[in-house]
Amino acid sequence: MSDSALLALTLAEARDGLLHKSFSARELAAAYNKAVEEAEPLNAYITPTPERALEMADAADQRLARGEALPLDGIPIAVKDLYCTKGVLTTAASHILDGFRPPYESTVSEKLWQSGAVMLGKTNLDEFAMGSSSTTGYYGAVENPWRLSGDNRPLVPGGSSGGSAAAVAARAALAATGTDTGGSIRQPASFCGIVGLKPTYGRCSRWGVVAYASSLDHPGPMTRTVRDAAIMLRAMSGHDPRDATSAPVPVPDYEAALTGDIRGLRVGIPQEYRADGIPAEIEALWQQGADWLRAAGAELVEISLPTIKYALPTYYIIAPAEASSNLARYDGVRFGLRVEGNSLDEMYELTRAAGFGAEVRRRVLIGTYVLSAGYYNAYYLKAQRVRALMIRDFATAFEKVDCILAPTAPSAAFAIGEKTEDPIAMYLNDVFTVPANLAGVPAISVPAGLSADGLPLGLQIMGRAFDEETVLRVAGVLENAARFRHLPSFVAGCGQ
Amino acid sequence: MIDDRTGQWETVIGLEVHAQVVSKAKLFSGAATEFGAEPNTQVSPVDAAFPGMLPVINRCCVEQAVKTGLGLDAEIRLASVFERKNYFYPDLPPGYQISQYQQPVVGPGRLVLDMPDGTSREIGITRLHLEQDAGKSLHDQHPSLTYVDLNRAGVALMEIVSEPDLRSAEEAAIYLRKLRSILRYLGTCDGNMEEGSLRCDCNVSVRRAGEPYGTRCEIKNLNSIRYVMQAIEYEARRQIEVLEEGGTIEQQTRLFDAGRGVTRPMRSKEEAHDYRYFPDPDLLPLTLDPQWIAGLRAELPELPDAKKARFVLEHGLSRDDAAVLVAERETALFFEQVAEGRDTKLAANWVMGDLFGALNRLGVGIEQSPVTAAQLGGLLDLIADGTISGRLAKEVFAEMVATGADPGEIVEVKGLRQVTDSSAIEAAIDAVLAAQAEKVAEYRAGRDKLYGFFVGQIMRATHGKANPRLVNQLLRKKLTA
Repeated sequence: MSDSALLALTLAEARDGLLHKSFSARELAAAYNKAVEEAEPLNAYITPTPERALEMADAADQRLARGEALPLDGIPIAVKDLYCTKGVLTTAASHILDGFRPPYESTVSEKLWQSGAVMLGKTNLDEFAMGSSSTTGYYGAVENPWRLSGDNRPLVPGGSSGGSAAAVAARAALAATGTDTGGSIRQPASFCGIVGLKPTYGRCSRWGVVAYASSLDHPGPMTRTVRDAAIMLRAMSGHDPRDATSAPVPVPDYEAALTGDIRGLRVGIPQEYRADGIPAEIEALWQQGADWLRAAGAELVEISLPTIKYALPTYYIIAPAEASSNLARYDGVRFGLRVEGNSLDEMYELTRAAGFGAEVRRRVLIGTYVLSAGYYNAYYLKAQRVRALMIRDFATAFEKVDCILAPTAPSAAFAIGEKTEDPIAMYLNDVFTVPANLAGVPAISVPAGLSADGLPLGLQIMGRAFDEETVLRVAGVLENAARFRHLPSFVAGCGQ
Repeated sequence: MIDDRTGQWETVIGLEVHAQVVSKAKLFSGAATEFGAEPNTQVSPVDAAFPGMLPVINRCCVEQAVKTGLGLDAEIRLASVFERKNYFYPDLPPGYQISQYQQPVVGPGRLVLDMPDGTSREIGITRLHLEQDAGKSLHDQHPSLTYVDLNRAGVALMEIVSEPDLRSAEEAAIYLRKLRSILRYLGTCDGNMEEGSLRCDCNVSVRRAGEPYGTRCEIKNLNSIRYVMQAIEYEARRQIEVLEEGGTIEQQTRLFDAGRGVTRPMRSKEEAHDYRYFPDPDLLPLTLDPQWIAGLRAELPELPDAKKARFVLEHGLSRDDAAVLVAERETALFFEQVAEGRDTKLAANWVMGDLFGALNRLGVGIEQSPVTAAQLGGLLDLIADGTISGRLAKEVFAEMVATGADPGEIVEVKGLRQVTDSSAIEAAIDAVLAAQAEKVAEYRAGRDKLYGFFVGQIMRATHGKANPRLVNQLLRKKLTA
């Protein structure tokens, strides 16, 4: 098989091809190693690991030859560089983690390797996953493989899992892990025309994933198809006694949930998502999505999530509060960057000033402020109360409906540098994704159409806690109806 | 009360005790907690706050805290919350200490003090909460660098806070000894102040009788009862002097300089940290099952107060003797083993008299006693069955202390068995009376006092082994014959 044909396969197709010995894991890994090199201008990877990929592929080939194939045997994937990988540089795209090679492997990546997956490398992101553009990292901005029609300006891939999204879209990875704290899997998936799934809080262990905001961080898969997301999620999920917030619940066979049958299913349309005057083409796509689901036999129900209008301010209090504390450990004492000073306090100040970028500093300052004596009640405590109400809103809604359909992001990808001067404009990217993080419910973004200027747009399905099966089933129907077959301007293996 | 130039002042003291939980592993990691290990050998990536590491609560530590709460007759909270106390210091790797703040696992309780005048006094316990210890900064290893040892980082502590119910340094000392005793009975803290397993912060204020509480100062991190007493006494004097000079007390955190016996300001209220407490999002609220608590309550060992009451009631001991015997769990267990099935008053006298004396001379605690409880019990049995006299028993005991041998063995080897053969005793009496014919005549003429002289002579002749009762019996018969 040619490299371009290998790279065009979905994860499910590659899995079947490997099982049928149509090609070897080593061939597949080699093709992807080459694709990673070819995609270098996108800056999607911080650390490629081509040798490790070949070693792991060889091991997979041996198992395949013995007929002892694991669920993901030989599947080349990328890992967001927020996951700690044993002995492999782990940066969180921050200068402050200079030279940090963890002596341990994150639970989720470990599970993937134990399922036979092959590691292509570590993908770029916003520093400490703080951002919606993958431009804030120490290792530079990631470029979206998509271009506007008739305009060659580089676009952002979204963020913070922009490196993973760009790599999967550009066929420089068959699938990737991401993390989603306020939309960091779904928004870049929407911007890059791929599938991104944020599971229920507690479904995938956070152990070994560099923390941004502990109560909102969700590891999850980023893939080219809904089926691939189902396969990845199964391998990534499961109770982890090392994470106290990991849920001791069984992991279903998500692929089996993709029946395509959503007859009689009730799909909620939250009216509040319309409130802020969303762009007409986004609204039209949303309507189109509703029509597709109705045509497939679902019942559309108008619902209300009244507190959702406070989701963004609530998120931008809770997330920075947790982050300000989570990032206190980067102090120059034990690992990563240290800038010497004349006193302990000066060492702290110089190290953290040099090690953290502007966005991280901004959020640490916001978080420190909202937790301070005298401000705690007005900000942090109030935000927690709003969050509790929002969880109740979702619970009430899910008494009436089985899932909720909404747009993923309020816009398509924008140009690199476009919103960096205005943090609020940047934060608004998360307006549709943040509610699912605050409520902890599963949500997926599926590519559903193109904007007027030729960029991908995603639709989002949110579901009940631990009911990823319904979310995936509905997403599968949406995917089939949308028939999104468009390719980005840059695709590895196509000889461009 | 402290009398001073302008009248009487009352010292008001509240104590915050940090008790290290007896547990093999740390509060939120699996790393070991053994004292005295090489620096940084008992540190997991969780303790060192490596990226992505998460805390998981150690069930054993929670159990110990609940047991301690039960031992302090306190309310056990079915739901409690761990929060983060944020501040930067190199021996605090995550930049925050996980502690319980607004919702501790144990609520109000009480501790009863036995006062020297024989009365009891109840001291309120405000709360008990679980928290992590920090590591240790070593400033004396290098002229310009500070070394950090993280072995202690993450070790579980119980912070036990008292109400401001204590009124003198002596009361504070009695409180600490009683608390330490209860912790040791429960096995929840070894109470070893030298190893830092028990540390104390003292809140001290003074007021004139009947007035509201004065402004307090907190003296941090005292690691012996003696220092606690010295620090309180110094601090109360200092505050009284300031007030008598017309000054005011500033709320401060102070340190005790053991070398000079003074307290010195560490930081004022204005310089106090803003710890930015908030619930730790890595940990769910701690919820306890009432059934589980009931199980722990049922398995609680007998505590010193109950034991003391039982010693008085069942064994007929005096309150003072009982108080001495129950003060340390090991002593009480030792005594109970000696007393089991024996004359309890005799057992108490031997434990508190000869045994304590021997331990004092050797400078060891009862855990290292060269004489076991079983051995001491054996000695008492030899007295009871007439094998040896009480006087000889002292000799046998000294030998037991010196060699650790069993009393029976010593009696046999040294031939100390009491002579109970009346013909042998009779022969000895006859010999003594024959040799002292003059004195016998004097006795018979009315010098009763000579009786004791005869007994002494007979005992000497029998090397102390003659049964005193038989000696008396036979001697009287012969003298009146």
